[in-house]
Amino acid sequence: MFEQIAFYLFSVLTAGLFLVTVLSRNVLYAMSSLAAGMVLISGFFFLLGADFLGVVQLVVYVGAVMALYAFGMMFFDATRDIKENNTSSKVVFLLSGGIAVLLVVIFAAPILGNSIEATYPPQEGLTNPESIGLVLFTKYLVPFEVAALMLLVAMVGGMILAGKKMDQSLTVTDEEMNIPQKDGDK
Amino acid sequence: MMESLVYIALFTPLVSALFAGLFGMSQRQVFVGIVSSMLLFVSFIASALLAYHVATTGNSVSVTLMDWIVVANLSIPFGFVVDHVSVTMMVVVTLVSTVVHIYSIGYMDHDKSFNRFFSYLSAFVFSMMVLVMSDNFAGLFIGWEGVGVCSWLLIGFWYHKADAPREKNPSISPSWAANEAFIMNRIADLGMLIGLFILFWHTGSLQYDVVFAQIPELPSIVLTLAAIALFIGAMGKSAQFPLHTWLTDAMEGPTPVSALIHAATMVTAGVFLVIRAYPLFELTPEVSYFIAALGTFVAFFAASMALVNRDLKRIIAFSTLSQLGYMFAAAGLGAYWIALFHLAAHAFFKALLFLGGGNVMHAMHDELDIFKMGGLKKYMKWTHVYMFLASLSLAGIPIFAGFFSKDAIIETAFNEGTLVLWSILVLTAGMTAFYSFRQIFLTFWGDERHNIEHPHEMYKFALVAMSPLALLAVIAGWFKNDFNSFVINLLPNYEMSEHTHHLVWYLGAIVLAFALAGIILAWVKYGKGLKRNEKVENRFVYKLLANQYYIPQIYEALISKPYAELSKFLWKKVDMRIVDAIVDGIANFIYTTGDEMRKMQTGNLSHYLNWMAGGAVFLLIFAGLLSMLG
Amino acid sequence: MIGLNHYLIISGLLFAIGLVGVIRRRNLLMLFFATEIMLNAANIAFAAASYYYNDLAGQMFAFFIIAIAASEVAVGLGLLILIYKKHGTLDLDDLATMKG
Repeated sequence: MFEQIAFYLFSVLTAGLFLVTVLSRNVLYAMSSLAAGMVLISGFFFLLGADFLGVVQLVVYVGAVMALYAFGMMFFDATRDIKENNTSSKVVFLLSGGIAVLLVVIFAAPILGNSIEATYPPQEGLTNPESIGLVLFTKYLVPFEVAALMLLVAMVGGMILAGKKMDQSLTVTDEEMNIPQKDGDK
Repeated sequence: MMESLVYIALFTPLVSALFAGLFGMSQRQVFVGIVSSMLLFVSFIASALLAYHVATTGNSVSVTLMDWIVVANLSIPFGFVVDHVSVTMMVVVTLVSTVVHIYSIGYMDHDKSFNRFFSYLSAFVFSMMVLVMSDNFAGLFIGWEGVGVCSWLLIGFWYHKADAPREKNPSISPSWAANEAFIMNRIADLGMLIGLFILFWHTGSLQYDVVFAQIPELPSIVLTLAAIALFIGAMGKSAQFPLHTWLTDAMEGPTPVSALIHAATMVTAGVFLVIRAYPLFELTPEVSYFIAALGTFVAFFAASMALVNRDLKRIIAFSTLSQLGYMFAAAGLGAYWIALFHLAAHAFFKALLFLGGGNVMHAMHDELDIFKMGGLKKYMKWTHVYMFLASLSLAGIPIFAGFFSKDAIIETAFNEGTLVLWSILVLTAGMTAFYSFRQIFLTFWGDERHNIEHPHEMYKFALVAMSPLALLAVIAGWFKNDFNSFVINLLPNYEMSEHTHHLVWYLGAIVLAFALAGIILAWVKYGKGLKRNEKVENRFVYKLLANQYYIPQIYEALISKPYAELSKFLWKKVDMRIVDAIVDGIANFIYTTGDEMRKMQTGNLSHYLNWMAGGAVFLLIFAGLLSMLG
Repeated sequence: MIGLNHYLIISGLLFAIGLVGVIRRRNLLMLFFATEIMLNAANIAFAAASYYYNDLAGQMFAFFIIAIAASEVAVGLGLLILIYKKHGTLDLDDLATMKG
C-alpha cells in the first residue's frame, strides 16, 4: 500500500517537474525543477531496493552535476528569459507522443520474457551496497577502472575547454552581441 | 623421333607467325618473308617424312601434347594424329603454303604491310594444321575457327580500301567481304557445334576413334541429325549453296591468299570433315545422297556463273566452287578416297591457276577484267604456260591430274546408278573446260585490249617457286593407284563394278568429248580476240548468270536489309526507349532523390534531432512488430 | 501491487518528456537538461528490471550511466562555454553554420 502511494506520488511529481524543466522559458526555473526531479528519482531507486544507486544519484546528480550546471550558468546570462523559435508543437506532439505511446504499448503488452536468467543475483544476507561492491570489484572491475579513467579525462577536458580566458567576462552587453570577439577566436 | 616430327610439322608455322608478328608494325623486311618461307619448308619436310613413315610402316602416329579440358566426364586432350588421311592433307597444305609464302615475297613486294601479311599467312597454316591433325572434334573445331579468323584477317588485309558500289564491284570492299565471309561461316559453325553437341551427348566423347566406335549402336535419327548438323558446318566452310556468296567476294583479298585459303586448303576443310567423319555419313545414306546431290548442283551452278564472268579471279573462284561440288558429290556417293584425291589434285592446279592469275594482275596493275586484257602470252611466257597447264588439268584432259581425279568422280556417279547426277557432272565438265579456256584465250591470246606499255613478267624466283605446283598439276594423277592403296588403309575402298569397268573407256570418252568441245567452243569464240555481241549480252540468261542469279541482291534485300531495319528498330525503339529509358530513369530517380534529400541538410542541429527522433519512432515500430510476430 | 510494467511505463513517459525537450528546445543548455531527463528515465528502467529479475547487472548499468552522464556534463559544459565565447549565443538556429 505504502509502495503504491509512494510510486504514484513520485511518478506524478517527477513527470510534473520534468515538464516544467522542458517547457520553462527561464533557465533558473528549469534547472531548479530538474534538480528536484532528480531527487525524486532517487526515491524510485530506494523504492526498488537499490539503496546504493539512490545515494549515488543524490550525490552525483543532485550534488555534482547540478552544481556543475549552476557554475556553468554563471557564464551565461541566466536571468534573461530564453528567446527561441521552438519547433512547432505538431512535430513535437507527433514524435514525442508517438514514442510515448509506442513505449507504453510495448511495456504494457505482455510481451516481456520471463525466462531471463539472473547473471548476478544478490547474495543472501548482504545489504545492497555490499552486494553491489562485491559485483563491482569482481566482475565489473575493468569497466569500473575504465570509468574512473574516463571521469579523469572528462575532468581534465572540462577544465581545459572552459578554463581558457577565465579572466574575461562572457556576459556581453547587447551592443557587443553582434561584434565577433576576436580574442575568443584564438 | 616421329613424335618430334609431328611437333615440328605442327609448330613451325606458329613459330613463323610469331616471328613475323614481331616485325608486324615495322617496315618491310625481306628476311621476314624468307624466314617464314624457310620455316614453312621445314614443316613441309617434316610432313613429307611423316607421310613416308606412314606409307612404309602403315602405322599412324598419335601424340598427346597435354590434357586440355578435363571436367567431370568430359576429357579432351590436346592430341594429334598423323594417319593416312591427315598426312595427305598435311603434305598438301604445307606444300601449297610453302609455295605461296615464297610467291608472296614477290607478290607483296610493294606492300607496306609485308611483315604483317606473313604473320597472318603462317598463322593460317598453323590453324589449318591443327584442323587436319587433331584427333578429336574439339581440336578440329579450334582449327576450324582459327582458319576462319585468319581468313577474315587476310580477306580484309587491305581494310583501308573504301567501299565501292555494287555495280562497279560486286563485293563492295575488302572489309565488307571479310565480314561477309566471317558471318556466313559463323552461321554454319553453329550447325557444326550442334553436331558436335549431339555426338558428345550420345557418345560421351569427342575423340574420333571413341565416337566412331560407338556410332553403329546409336539410333538412326540421332545419326541423321548429327550428320545434317555437321554437314551444315561443312557447307559454310566449303561455300556450298546457299552459303556460297562469300567465296567469290573473298577474292577482294590478296591473290596469294585466294590461292592458299580459298582454293587449296581452307575451303576444302568441309570436304575433309565429311571424309574424316565418314563412319557417320556411311550410316546415313539419305544425308549422303543429299550431299552428293547438292555437290552436283553446286558444281553446275557455279560453273554456269563462271561462263560469263569477266573478273579474272572470280572465274577461278567459281571454278573452285564447282570443283568443291565435285568433291562433295564423290564424298556423298561414298567414294571418300576419290574425294580426297580430287581435293589434293585440285589444290595443286587451282593454287597454280590463282598464282598465275596473280601474275597477270601484277602485270596489269591490278586490272581484273579479262575483257581488257589479251595477247599477254608474248610478254608473260611462263605464266601463260603455267596457267595453260593448270587449265588443261582443270578441264580434265588426259595425262593431267584433273583428268584422273575428276573422271573418277564422274565414273562414280555412273557406277552408283545416279544417271541424273552423272549427266549433270558430265555437262559441267564441258562447261569447266569452256570457261577455263575462255579465260586463257581472253587473257593471253588474241588482240591486245589493254593500254599498258610493257606488261612485265613476275619475278624469276616466284616463277621457280610455282614450278612444283605445275609439275604436280601435270603428274599428280599418275599416282592414283598408289594413292588408292595408301589411303584405303584408313578409308573404305571404292571399286567400280564390273559393268562400269567395261564401259570405263566409253565413259571417259564422253567426258573427254565434252571437255574438248568446251575448249574448241572457247577457241572459236575467243581464240582470235574478243568479239562482243550486244544482243547476247542483253539476253536474260546472260544477265542472270553475270549477276550470279541475283543471289547477292536477294540476300541483301531479304536478309541484310530487313535485319538492318530490325536492328535499327530495336536500337531506336527498344534500346533507346525502353532499356536506356529504364537506366536513365533509375539514374534520374537517384539524382532527384539525392537532390531532394539534400534539403534535409539544413545545418541546424535541431532539425537533425527531429529526424533522429523520427528514426527512433520507426525503429520502435519495427521492434514492436518484431516482438509481436516473433 | 506495483509491477515491472508500471516502472517501465513511467520510465517511458519520462523518456518521452525528455524527448519533448530535445525536439522542442533550440537552446543548447536546455537540450542538455532534456538529455539528463532521458538518461534518468533509462536508469529507472534498469533499476526496476534489476529489482524484478533479482539481478544486479541492471544496477551496474545504471551506475555506469551515471558515471557517463557526469563526464558528459563536464565535457559538454566546457564545450558550451567555448561555443558561447565564440558565437555569443547558444541558440541552435544561430549556430546553423554547417549548411548543406
